[in-house]
Amino acid sequence: MTRMAATRDGYGQALLDLADNEKVVVLEADLGKSTKSLHFRKAYPDRTISCGIGEQNMLLVGAGLAASGYIPFASTFAIFTERAFEQMRNGVARPNLAVHLCGSHGGTHTGTDGSSAQSIEDLAVFRTLPNVVVMHPCDDVSTRALTMQLPGLGKPSYMRTARNKTPVLYDGREDEIQIGKGVVLREGYDVAIISCGVLVSESLKAAEALAEEGINATVVDMHTLKPIDGELIDSLVAQCGALVTAEDHNVIGGLGSAVAEYIVSNSFAPLEMVGVPDRFGESGQADEMLEVMGISAPYIANAAKEAISRK
Amino acid sequence: MSKTITELEEIARKCRVEIVKMVHRAQAGHPGGSLSEIDLLTALYATRMRVKADEPNWSDRDRFILSKGHASPGMYAILAEMGFISHEDLKSYRVLGGVCQGHVDMKWCPGVDFSAGSLGMGLSFGMGCASAARIDKSERRAFVMIGDGEMQEGSVWEAAMAAAHHELGNLKVILDRNRIQNDDFCKEQMRMFDIPAKWKAFGWNVKEIDGHNMAEIMEGLDFLEAPENCQGPSILIAHTIKGGGISYMENNPSFHGAAPNDEQFHQAMVELGEVEA
Ligand SMILES: Cc1ncc(C[n+]2csc(CCOP(=O)(O)OP(=O)(O)O)c2C)c(N)n1
Ligand SMILES: [Mg+2]
Repeated sequence: MTRMAATRDGYGQALLDLADNEKVVVLEADLGKSTKSLHFRKAYPDRTISCGIGEQNMLLVGAGLAASGYIPFASTFAIFTERAFEQMRNGVARPNLAVHLCGSHGGTHTGTDGSSAQSIEDLAVFRTLPNVVVMHPCDDVSTRALTMQLPGLGKPSYMRTARNKTPVLYDGREDEIQIGKGVVLREGYDVAIISCGVLVSESLKAAEALAEEGINATVVDMHTLKPIDGELIDSLVAQCGALVTAEDHNVIGGLGSAVAEYIVSNSFAPLEMVGVPDRFGESGQADEMLEVMGISAPYIANAAKEAISRK
Repeated sequence: MSKTITELEEIARKCRVEIVKMVHRAQAGHPGGSLSEIDLLTALYATRMRVKADEPNWSDRDRFILSKGHASPGMYAILAEMGFISHEDLKSYRVLGGVCQGHVDMKWCPGVDFSAGSLGMGLSFGMGCASAARIDKSERRAFVMIGDGEMQEGSVWEAAMAAAHHELGNLKVILDRNRIQNDDFCKEQMRMFDIPAKWKAFGWNVKEIDGHNMAEIMEGLDFLEAPENCQGPSILIAHTIKGGGISYMENNPSFHGAAPNDEQFHQAMVELGEVEA
C-alpha cells in the first residue's frame, strides 16, 4: 500500500527539524493548526510570533526579522498569503529579504471550503516577483526536504502546500530533492508530462493509462516553478518532442506558463496545458474538484495524446 | 413583524438543530461561530430586516453581510426559517453544486448579499452598500456581522475609520464576541484590550449586550435603530459563547471548525430537545 500524507505535514516536520538553527523563527496568523507550524509553536514558544489574523502585518514583521539576522518562516492559507501580496512585493522581495512564506490549502483540491479558500493564482502572482523562489512540492518527504534547504537559500521564497493527503512518492529518496531541479519520476519517449503538487500522482496515473495504449510518457515533478529547470526542459523536448503541463492552478500564469515562457525562446515543442480553466472553484470533495476542473488523470492523458498529435 | 421572546427562542432552537445537522452531515464546517451568532441572526431576521423572501434581489432591501463567512450554517439555517431557501437545500451544505457553499456566497445562495470567506472584508463592503443607499436617498440599511478574531484584520479598522468619517448612520455592525478564534482563545492569539473603547475612539455608537439573551438582543437592535444612533455608524458588541447551546462545544476552541461524530451528534439532539435521551 502506498503511504498517503499531506504536504503540509512535511512542512510542520521540517520546521521542527530546523529548530536547532537558533536563527529560525516562526510567524503565525491564526492558522498554525492548519499549516502545521503549531508543532514548532508548542516546542519553541519563544521563537514563535503570533500575529493574530493579520497577514499583512505578518509579512513585514518577517521582513524586519530577516533584516535583523533571523530566518523567518511565515505561513497561512495560500489564499490569504495573497492578501499580503504588496507587502511581499515591496517589503520582502524588493529588498531581497529572506522571508520564507508558506501557503497551505492551495488549489481546488482543498475541497469543501469552496471558492473563497481555493487559491488558484498564488503560484502566478508570486512568480512575478523578482528574487522570489516559488515551489509547490507533491508529497510530505519532498516538502520537508525543500523546506530544510531554505535557510541556505539567502533569498525570499513562496511554497504552496496542500490540505489533503496524496500518495507519498519519495520515501527514502529525499536526497534527490534539490531546489530548482525537477525530478524525472518515470521515463518515456513519446511525451513528457511536467507537473507539480497534487497533480504529480495524477500524472503518474495518466502515464500508466497511456502505457496501456502503447504510449510511453516521461513524468517530471517540477516542484520548483521559479527558477524553472530549463536544462531539464531542453532535454525533455529533445527526448519526447511533445510536452504536457498539469497543475491545480489557473491555467494562466502557473507551471504551464513557466514552461511555455521557457520553450518559446529555447528548444521548442508542442505543449498542452492542463490547469483550472480560468474559473473559480466551488465546494466539493478533493477528488470531485479535480474532475469538475478537468485536471484529473484522464484529462492529463487526453492532453498527452493531443500534444503528440501536434508533433 | 412582532414576535414574542418565546417565539424567537424557538426559532433559534430550530436553527441550532439545523446547524448541527449540517456540519454533522458534511463532517466539516464551522459549528462554534454559527451557534454563537444564531440568537442574534434570529432576532435580526425575524424582527428587523426589511427583506422579501420571494424577491431576494429586491433592490431596496436591507443588506445583511456575514463577514465571518465561515459561520455559514447559522446563516443558512435562518435563511431557511425565513423562506429564502428550503430545508431541503440545507442538505447541500458543502456538497458539490449545492446552494449552501462552504462559505456564504452571493452567487450561489438566494438571500446572501456578500461572498465571504476571507475575513476582514465585509465591513468595507457594507460601507459600500450603505454609501449606495445614501446616494439613492433610500432608507435601507446595511447590517454587518463580524467576528472578534476577525477584528484583528487591519482592513476592519480602515473601514471603521472611513464609515465614521462619512457619518454612515445606516451602517450597523454586530460583533460576535465569543472570545475564540481558529487556533485558540483570542487572548492567546492576539489580545484586543478594550474593545468598546476602540470603537468609541473610532467614532462609533457602541452598546454591549448578552448575545444569548433574547430580550437584551431586542434592546440592542432598538439601540442600532434609534434615531439618535442613525447620525453615524453603530456597533452592538454581543457577548456570546462559542458553540453556545451544545455543552461540549461551548468555549471549546476545537469546535471552531470541526464536526461532531455520531455519538456527539446524538447528544446534541438530546440537548436541543429534538430526541429523547
Ligand atoms: C483573511 C483570513 N485569514 C484567515 C482566515 C482563516 N480563518 C477562518 S475562521 C478564522 C477564525 C475566525 O475567528 P472569529 O472571527 O472570532 O470567528 P468566530 O469565532 O465567530 O467563528 C480564521 C483565522 C480567513 N478566513 N480569512
Ligand atoms: Mg470568535
